[in-house]
Amino acid sequence: MTMNDPEQAIVAIDDPIVQMEDLCLYYGQAQALFDLTFDIPRHQVTALIGPSGCGKSTFIRCINRMNDLIDGLSTTGSINLDGVNIFDRAVDVIDLRRRVGMVFQKSNPFPKSIYENVIFGMRIGGVSEKPILDETVEKSLRRAALWDEVKDRLHDSAMGLSGGQMQRLCIARAIAVSPEVILMDEPCSALDPRSTAHIEDLIRDLNGEYTIIIVTHNMQQASRISDYTAFLYEGELIEFGHTKKVFTVPVKKATEDYITGRFG
Amino acid sequence: MTSDIHSSIDTLKQHLIYLGTVVEEGIKNSIKAFHTFDATLAAEIQKADSKINALEVNVEEDCLKILALHQPVASDLRFVVTALKMNRELERIGDLACKVADKVILLDAARKHDKNPSNITIPADFEQMFSTTLSMFSSCLDAFVNEDSDLAYRICLLDDEVDEAKRTIRKELDEIVAHDQKQRVYLPMLLSIARGTERIADHTTNTAEDIIYMLQGRIVRHEEAI
Repeated sequence: MTMNDPEQAIVAIDDPIVQMEDLCLYYGQAQALFDLTFDIPRHQVTALIGPSGCGKSTFIRCINRMNDLIDGLSTTGSINLDGVNIFDRAVDVIDLRRRVGMVFQKSNPFPKSIYENVIFGMRIGGVSEKPILDETVEKSLRRAALWDEVKDRLHDSAMGLSGGQMQRLCIARAIAVSPEVILMDEPCSALDPRSTAHIEDLIRDLNGEYTIIIVTHNMQQASRISDYTAFLYEGELIEFGHTKKVFTVPVKKATEDYITGRFG
Repeated sequence: MTSDIHSSIDTLKQHLIYLGTVVEEGIKNSIKAFHTFDATLAAEIQKADSKINALEVNVEEDCLKILALHQPVASDLRFVVTALKMNRELERIGDLACKVADKVILLDAARKHDKNPSNITIPADFEQMFSTTLSMFSSCLDAFVNEDSDLAYRICLLDDEVDEAKRTIRKELDEIVAHDQKQRVYLPMLLSIARGTERIADHTTNTAEDIIYMLQGRIVRHEEAI
């Protein structure tokens, strides 16, 4: 049942926020990403899928230049955030990481209170007025659907929260600095189904307001929460399109085989 | 999405093909019963309908189990959705073969009341209608088994021929009755058999369209020219 469709495997985006052009990445001599050229739509959820080691995490870590911290890593090509190449010398990496927040696979709250976790980025940014901080804490925790659960213990340690709550706290912390893009690297992989549902609801809720790029190994999750899906295989972008289309009538046979569990 | 989904889909496919062959047998037997005015064979077709109903339920349960346990996507999803729809169409076709058989029984009874049973005049176009409908149905099973979308498209085109044959039969019957009033007694049964056969071709066309969706992901149901 292969498709002989002449349709484009990589769709064009009308209002992109992040644009990759011929992005290649090398760990020393070994090339990990090959000529990625595609656009991420603004204020929508884009899921990255593909087998382990295909370059999904490597790719999203390029977008806020987390990979700068790895020795021997080099890139060619460009990633434009709202028209500006993030690899330009003039780009302030700290500011880039404020604009492009990140939530990791394992929640990583700081060993501080819930309150201090949320405003950590603002404090670094020099904000110290209590009313502004209080307002940000409430707004961010409400946005992350955590407020009702923690409003009476904001000054307790964040380490006492459950795994699902910690992950939502990390999302609140990311939201607090008003990022334009939020990168999520398998944010639910360590959570139970109920906490996963919480995070998925939250992602759907943030959709339309933030641009979210999420790496997931869970096909059902990708199909449930994303508007667009990109399939990477061995460092190459095989297919990028509307999630509904990718999961019902994919253009490429490799995508079909991967999402139906025939390989990978 | 483990490899287990593929064995479940293989089993579903086998069950659906088996249902298809039982229904095909029902169509063939109803045509045969009509040709030979065999009320006994017609009664057997009606008995086989409960078997078709049980097989339909079985296929539906297979589909629901795959949807619930494996959450299929892409070609697997299209296959299961097509199986669900085909299942319903096949069961309806089985019912229509029964309906034809039922009219054959009535036709046979009417002939027995007739002083001269050989008087019955059958419109010639029945022959073409039966052969086209049966060929459409058999091709449909082939298109499903061999994943042949070209064949499925050709089946859709044949439906017009069956519709035309039914219109011709209707005209022929009017002429036969106008010519010989004694033939009026057979008219409702013959019309009903023509209508039933035409409906079998319609449901077969629906099935062919479902197969096109399964293979190409294209919904052609309401397209003017496919």
